[in-house]
Amino acid sequence: MSQFETKTMNGNALNILFVEDNPDHAELVMRSFQDHRVANTIHHLTDGEAALDYLLRRNAYSDPQKSPRPHVVLLDLRLPKVDGLEVLKVIRSSQGLEKIPVVVLTTSHAELDVGKAYEYHANSYLVKPLDFEKFTNLMDDLGFYWLGWNHYPWPGTSS
Amino acid sequence: MSAPPFEILLVEDNPDHAELVKRSLEDHPIDNTIHHLSDGEAALAYLFRPGVDTDLRGHHRPHMVLLDLRLPKVDGLDVLREIRNARELDEVPVIILTTSSAESDVKKAYQSHANSFLVKPNDFQTFDELIKALGTYWLGWNHDQGKALSKSSTTPRRVRNQTPPPYSSSEGS
Repeated sequence: MSQFETKTMNGNALNILFVEDNPDHAELVMRSFQDHRVANTIHHLTDGEAALDYLLRRNAYSDPQKSPRPHVVLLDLRLPKVDGLEVLKVIRSSQGLEKIPVVVLTTSHAELDVGKAYEYHANSYLVKPLDFEKFTNLMDDLGFYWLGWNHYPWPGTSS
Repeated sequence: MSAPPFEILLVEDNPDHAELVKRSLEDHPIDNTIHHLSDGEAALAYLFRPGVDTDLRGHHRPHMVLLDLRLPKVDGLDVLREIRNARELDEVPVIILTTSSAESDVKKAYQSHANSFLVKPNDFQTFDELIKALGTYWLGWNHDQGKALSKSSTTPRRVRNQTPPPYSSSEGS
């Protein structure tokens, strides 16, 4: 897990859980969030089982200090160990987690994946652009929208 | 033949706010059309009344719903619940756009599977920036099958020098 923190002017930081196994994509996303002026703490995990451990606070993440509840989850679908759709399904059926906005970020635009993701109430479905510049643009717009404008069911961590 | 425009159902009882939304999306690079209704009952009738413009189950399927919460006749949260009870409308993003930032409203909205919750800024300029950011994200980037069918692979135009949202601003106080 890698982690970094910055602070906004009003001192509110959002926790983002980012689940992505492709190191190149992860680096792009992490760099984009780092560039962002929005306060955040990103928890990057590389497989679905670790994501569930984190969310359900079990095994390596049984200490709540190590696993603050995320405001938003950025979720790849093709993940080792436990599939992204399964992670989404567990989020939606777990008390205390069910309201967390989940943004799917995947290379798949297969009808079945899109359909299932919305059936399990993904808040948004994004297809990773193959083009580097478009990917960067997407991350900028995603950052502005979800970290800047969107309101969450619980407040950010004030510090 | 060109693809049909991106259809937005705007449910808003405040005429000034409706006008602001329309104006902010007017010159969006993705062709869009806004169907404005001013109460919850009219919204449900529009979405669920079988007619020529609906699919086989009698649902009208806009590409996105912008929904106020405090609405005459039928409350916004009830409209949201009806939409989410209709499997055929699963993929239609429902964005709450309201003056309320009450935690209970935000919680209820996400509990009922709103896709996103936005609070109307007090000043016109920030309101306009919010709607433009909403347009860039939901019209441009978000993917669903209805949209994939109706729209070619348009990539959002980059809005350079995009103003950061109020929460991230390092200017002012």
